[in-house]
Amino acid sequence: MDGILLQILNGLDKGSAYALIALGLTLIFGTLGVVNFAHGALFMLGAFCAVTLSRIISLSYETIDPNRLDFLGNPAKINTPYVYDFFGPNMGASIIDWAVPLSILFAIPMMMLIGIAMERGLIKHFYKRPHADQILVTFGLAIVLQEIIKFYYGANPIPTPAPAALVGTFDFGAMLGLNPGTVLYPYWRLVYFLFSVVLIGGVFAFLQFTTFGMVVRAGMADRETVGLLGINIDKRFTIMFAIAACVAGLAGVMYTPINSPNYHMGMDFLVLSFVVVVVGGMGSLPGAVLAGFVLGILESFASTPAATSIVPGINQIIIYLVAIVILLTRPRGLMGRKGVMEE
Amino acid sequence: MSKFDLSRRGVLKTGAVAGAGLALPTVFTSGASAFTNEPGPGSVTLGFNVPQSGPYADEGADELRAYYLAVEHLNGEGDGGMLNTFSSKVLDGTGILGRKVEYVTGDTQTKSDAARASARSMIEKDGAIMITGGSSSGVAVAVQALCQEAGVIFMAGLTHSNDTTGKDKKANGFRHFFNSYMSGAALAPVLANAYGTDRKAYHLTADYNWGYTTEEAVRNSTEAMGWSTVEAVKTPLAATDFSSYIAPVLNSDADVLVLNHYGGNMVNSLTNAVQFGLRDRMVNDKNFEIIVPLYSRLMAKGAGANVKGIFGSTNWHWSLAQGFTTPDGTAVAPDAASAAFVKSFGEKYGFPPSQAAHTCYVQTILYADAVTRANSFNPCDVAAAMEGFEFDGMGNGKTTYRAEDHQCFKDVLVVRGKENPTSEFDLLEVVEVTPAEQVTYDASIFGGDLGTCNPGA
Repeated sequence: MDGILLQILNGLDKGSAYALIALGLTLIFGTLGVVNFAHGALFMLGAFCAVTLSRIISLSYETIDPNRLDFLGNPAKINTPYVYDFFGPNMGASIIDWAVPLSILFAIPMMMLIGIAMERGLIKHFYKRPHADQILVTFGLAIVLQEIIKFYYGANPIPTPAPAALVGTFDFGAMLGLNPGTVLYPYWRLVYFLFSVVLIGGVFAFLQFTTFGMVVRAGMADRETVGLLGINIDKRFTIMFAIAACVAGLAGVMYTPINSPNYHMGMDFLVLSFVVVVVGGMGSLPGAVLAGFVLGILESFASTPAATSIVPGINQIIIYLVAIVILLTRPRGLMGRKGVMEE
Repeated sequence: MSKFDLSRRGVLKTGAVAGAGLALPTVFTSGASAFTNEPGPGSVTLGFNVPQSGPYADEGADELRAYYLAVEHLNGEGDGGMLNTFSSKVLDGTGILGRKVEYVTGDTQTKSDAARASARSMIEKDGAIMITGGSSSGVAVAVQALCQEAGVIFMAGLTHSNDTTGKDKKANGFRHFFNSYMSGAALAPVLANAYGTDRKAYHLTADYNWGYTTEEAVRNSTEAMGWSTVEAVKTPLAATDFSSYIAPVLNSDADVLVLNHYGGNMVNSLTNAVQFGLRDRMVNDKNFEIIVPLYSRLMAKGAGANVKGIFGSTNWHWSLAQGFTTPDGTAVAPDAASAAFVKSFGEKYGFPPSQAAHTCYVQTILYADAVTRANSFNPCDVAAAMEGFEFDGMGNGKTTYRAEDHQCFKDVLVVRGKENPTSEFDLLEVVEVTPAEQVTYDASIFGGDLGTCNPGA
């Protein structure tokens, strides 16, 4: 029981990342009809927004400490962050400590700008091109983006810890009357799950309850008719692309304390996220979210020693096996709509 | 008939002349070049085959820095680095056998096929007479086999699997870096001393060659000390989130987690293990502990504060240059060779070298030294000069290049993540220098056949 509960929890945070990326992918596909293979790179860019802000906040000036020596035996250079001088050492240390959550404020405008630049600068030229062309150009863009990040930040993972107040584990075992200490779950993963629920809820509410969202949904259903009504649907779709980029970016920002970001992290999620989109149903936003969580949980269970001892390697193929079964039994995915990619 | 006879004679004559004509260039060639890529009188070209892209690109960059430094020192530029401390004194800063050292570089991408392609290109197009480098055992084994076929010497860079000089050893290949067996042999006594002999270990092992040999080595060594192994789980090399693998550890009665991971795998699995509070747990009335058998400073940097207090092993560490005091109070004096290398490298690049950089620098110097002592670039003469070669002054104390498997035997460092680092480089502290005798093993235990040296051509 303890193990099952723990794997469900693990699946939730993994599923959160899948769901957020898949949600953005589906938004872009549903609005612009573009298969965006650069979406994983947007997740990675979001994570590097956190790294960048963390570095900006930690910008320091050097002083020489004659009492300490560096690795060459010279007087050591001591770095003191400017925020210590601006806000005092305690407040300065707290600001640096909370760099990841603060990065959300930095990432939102950055990712919106990146999204608009991507859509206006490159992707709009491929609206009327076959999906194969879109895949090639966006995949190429993803590689370019990750190489740029590698050039400036290196290939090694960069530690980006959670605030000290959110380091530690929550004992679900003790809370539920099970053995204490057997169902421990890191606070930050809990934060990540809750954050993703709020973000997903926010996107759905935006689409459901705002006029802008209503127009976008109408455009997704019948782009031509909305255009004939005199509404500049292209402009709204560009904004939706920026919002999708922002969702992926924020997913990346909050993921950095879970795994140290590196230039390749987007690619690690990209293929799985596409499987999530297909399993959920192309163009279906609830389907993407549902499939994200379901596949995340299944992947967690498949990684247990019990599962791998019965079927060796099941942890590496479970998502694809499920995808095959679902596509055989429900060709449009879990919540796919008729007519999407069927022409 | 007579016509036929004449024709037959004519054919025989023509055949003889043609045969001689065809053989002539070969005779001259083999006389002029008895081995692959024999250098001319002016310069000699070495091939540095390192990951310049992919997940180990930073490690590859550090390896390249070390190679550039070695070339400088061999050509008489810079301060000479470890040439000044090396026990062999045949290198005089005039290149190798009077030829200026030049180099070409290749990108292994940490992929065996790409590494073989770049090594082949350096041998066939650029005339490299020796290939060196690598940050992966799979790549090292693949390139070593290629060098054996091509008839050039391969001086392995960072490769830790037993197989490189075990079942996949080759007569043309040499490894200075230590291996999984040595890590296990060095770590086990320190672990028994720190954590006791009644421990239950849970292994998470990267699902590839290096992971298997490391798990085997650590299991054998720790079980011999009295530990038991509760579970050993293979994790996919492509895994990024290890939470699903760590969760079952919570429900086992293991009190030690051994992470047989390297690179990004190590950074992520260690980060995840610490996140799940494993280090704060009490199991079997003991503190739960985590072990990382192979440490690298570059990887430790990626894991950040999570490495604090965690034991592992390493081939070399820059802090040897400054000397240190082990936890039991033993003062270890600064190592002059390490100090020379750290000074050269640090002044040129602004930060201390990694263990990958160290082994690559040493391998280049050792190759040049062997050529000079053999007075020949012929790979078989060079191999003979290297086999059984005993030396000192290269940062690891007295070292022997064992003839039977071309593996270096030297002291191994057991390190621990530092609790209070003073700089971004000061992440590991040496807790014990395990003497070479303690990590030496019979050359036959891993099987394999060295074969015979291939000079190529």
